[in-house]
Amino acid sequence: MIDHAQIWIIIAGLGIGSFALRFVFLGLIGDRALPPAVMRHLRYTAVSVLPALVMPLVVWPVATDGETDPLRLAAAAVTLAIATLLRNVLAAMLAGAAVLILGAWL
Amino acid sequence: MTPGDVKSSYWRGVRGGLPFILVIVPFSTLFGVISVDAGLSVIEALSFSVAVIAGAAQFTAIQLLRDDAPTLVVLASALAVNLRMAMYSASLTPHLGKMPLWKRAVAAYLTIDQNYAISIIEYERNKAMTTAEKFAFFLGAITPLAPLWYVFTLVGALLGTAIPTDTGLDFAMPIAFIAMIGPALNTGAHRTAALAATIGSLIFAFLPWNLGLLVAAGLGMAAGAEVERRAGARA
Repeated sequence: MIDHAQIWIIIAGLGIGSFALRFVFLGLIGDRALPPAVMRHLRYTAVSVLPALVMPLVVWPVATDGETDPLRLAAAAVTLAIATLLRNVLAAMLAGAAVLILGAWL
Repeated sequence: MTPGDVKSSYWRGVRGGLPFILVIVPFSTLFGVISVDAGLSVIEALSFSVAVIAGAAQFTAIQLLRDDAPTLVVLASALAVNLRMAMYSASLTPHLGKMPLWKRAVAAYLTIDQNYAISIIEYERNKAMTTAEKFAFFLGAITPLAPLWYVFTLVGALLGTAIPTDTGLDFAMPIAFIAMIGPALNTGAHRTAALAATIGSLIFAFLPWNLGLLVAAGLGMAAGAEVERRAGARA
């Protein structure tokens, strides 16, 4: 049986730890100027973290126990194409979902 | 700066955040369901979502709890999944660092992948934005998302296993993230960063504790910065 004291320790620890990670630079550096080289790297945070987070899930999906799935690859490719061409998040998500649903149904 | 500009920035943020409701609702519901299934009470599941607001870390923690992992392992693994938030924090600092401490604390608590990504894209596209407008946009983008994250965790926890969990939902998060990446690929430097991070994430996927993500992200940032530096040197 699950230990409820442990659950609360984990909730509190993760809550505090997650806040600390989100606050560490924004809170502690504030408006002090960062060196240009650091700024140059920070400009590419979003376009680096998100693909790195997603790509392993695309190539080795959790739901197939890591086996590459052509349907999920296709859905990812269509989503990226629509997102890049139309620059519309909603259209891209719907297109990706449509590929998944159609593919599963066929 | 007029209050009207701040207000319109806020509403543009809200509009930017709206599409992600499609991802936030199923995921928070799923989190509620699996939490209760793992033995958490409804209050515990809800507190989890309010304290942490980070889907990937929350799912990691519940999975490890189910596997009877020691408390320290649960904390370390889930926080490792969230290390990217420190990178977001650094990346937001040039934009929001001028604000009073309490506003920076609010922004920190409310930082998730979705509002971070669309805010950064907006800040880069719209260089004339003031700090107040940037903060308003950021808050606008989280407005439709955080409350639903809490509410649907509660819904999932209350309905419990009445909701089927094997519905191909696993791929909703990747699709949402890819949809966010597309509009951000504005320059050759951005595209190079994304490509380097993509390749790096596959090469370093073997690293434990999600550290491959951090290595790959570091590679992407270095690649983007280098392309920008060379372009600057040529100009």
